[in-house]
Amino acid sequence: MLDLKGYGPALMDGAIVTIELAFLSLALSVALGLVGASAKLSQSRVAKGIATTYTTLIRGVPDLVMMLLFYYGGQVAVNMLSDYIWEAYEIDFFFQFDPFISGVVTIGLIFGAYMTETFRGAFLAVETGQIEAARAYGFTRFHTFRRIMLPQMLRHALPGLGNNWQVLLKTTALVSIIGLTDMVRVAEEAAKAERMPFHFFIPVAFVYLALTAGSELFIKWLDKRANVGVVQGS
Amino acid sequence: MPDFIAEWLNQNEIFTAMTIMEYWDGMVTTVHLVFLSLVIGLLVAVPLAILRTVRNPFVSGPVWLYTYLFRGTPLLIQLYIIYYGLAQIEGIQETFWWEIFREPFYPALLAFTLNTAAYTTEIIRGAIVSTPHGEIEAAKAYGMNWFMRMRRIVLPSAARRGVQAYSNEVIFMLHASAIASVVTIVDLTGAARNIYSRFYAPFDAFIFVALCYMALTFILVFAFRKLENHLLKHQRPVNG
Repeated sequence: MLDLKGYGPALMDGAIVTIELAFLSLALSVALGLVGASAKLSQSRVAKGIATTYTTLIRGVPDLVMMLLFYYGGQVAVNMLSDYIWEAYEIDFFFQFDPFISGVVTIGLIFGAYMTETFRGAFLAVETGQIEAARAYGFTRFHTFRRIMLPQMLRHALPGLGNNWQVLLKTTALVSIIGLTDMVRVAEEAAKAERMPFHFFIPVAFVYLALTAGSELFIKWLDKRANVGVVQGS
Repeated sequence: MPDFIAEWLNQNEIFTAMTIMEYWDGMVTTVHLVFLSLVIGLLVAVPLAILRTVRNPFVSGPVWLYTYLFRGTPLLIQLYIIYYGLAQIEGIQETFWWEIFREPFYPALLAFTLNTAAYTTEIIRGAIVSTPHGEIEAAKAYGMNWFMRMRRIVLPSAARRGVQAYSNEVIFMLHASAIASVVTIVDLTGAARNIYSRFYAPFDAFIFVALCYMALTFILVFAFRKLENHLLKHQRPVNG
């Protein structure tokens, strides 16, 4: 059996941190993606402009730089804010910007931009006839969105969503750089202390591989289910 | 306006000629690293993609395994394995390889090259597999042998179909190269981290570097759009 030199439990905890981080960022990015896609497809010029700026900015900057900016900059911003609040209102307000929160916020924001593009394409793929029919039945805008657009758009969004999830999962490794004790961080410390890099990094690589391979199967299954009612052309 | 800029430059302590030079050196390192890994990666990926489409599983299988492993794990882990791992290989410190791999630049180059080659292989494979069958039949009817078919028909047509996905990979690689700063390379991100820790000014250090990356990204996007227009010239509408 694999001998982890007593680092086994720490690696296990690290793996759980990685998974928590990935799911929380996914939730945030899907929410941002839905908002962003709605903004891009809306009539309002301002909303369109904001959404376009957001996706353009995010896609131009590396994830690590963004993460460093949020982590180090976030703390400075909070400090400035708490100084201001203390001076203005004499209220003691402080908030520690920890690496986990910075990680979730950064990864969520980055993938929110990719999700925006995915969902925008998927919304456009829903036939206009469907929406017209819903309006003819007297559905409100919100009901049209929830009952007609959302269920039909998901089928088109799934492949892109799955891809984004796979990339997101691998991006979580970056949080080890800003000091979060995820499994990469634990493996790095163990590898340095024991001078055995292969021994610790290769198992961690296989955990990632298992996660991505498992996700791939799950996405395939979901895709099959979502496309049950669709006749596939050969 | 120039007065305002001059005044601002005189007032601030961070963006002096010295730090600007640090950023410039970082930019040179980033571009150097990314360019080399992309070029070598592409040269490795073309033959691998062809092998990947071969029917014999003993030929295509190992290539599939390689791309699967490198696409299924984070680049950071690959970099750590190569950077920390190479030094641990027994006897390497006595060979001439040590002269090369002792500097962090080359382990990072190796990791980036292997990673981008894996993604590029899959992009090219996808483009080769979707070659319209008629094109190959026509080439056969003209009596072209396998090699000539590849060189004259399959690969040029695959390049046209793959260029868009490849442009994404190039930008992805530029952004991924930021992790080189983790193994003590002073690339753009490394320069920003040094300047951040010297002045404790996260906004100045990181927003400036973000703008540098953005400029590089937009240059790449523009160049690839030109290339795409050039490659897909024959598909442009006559009156378009």
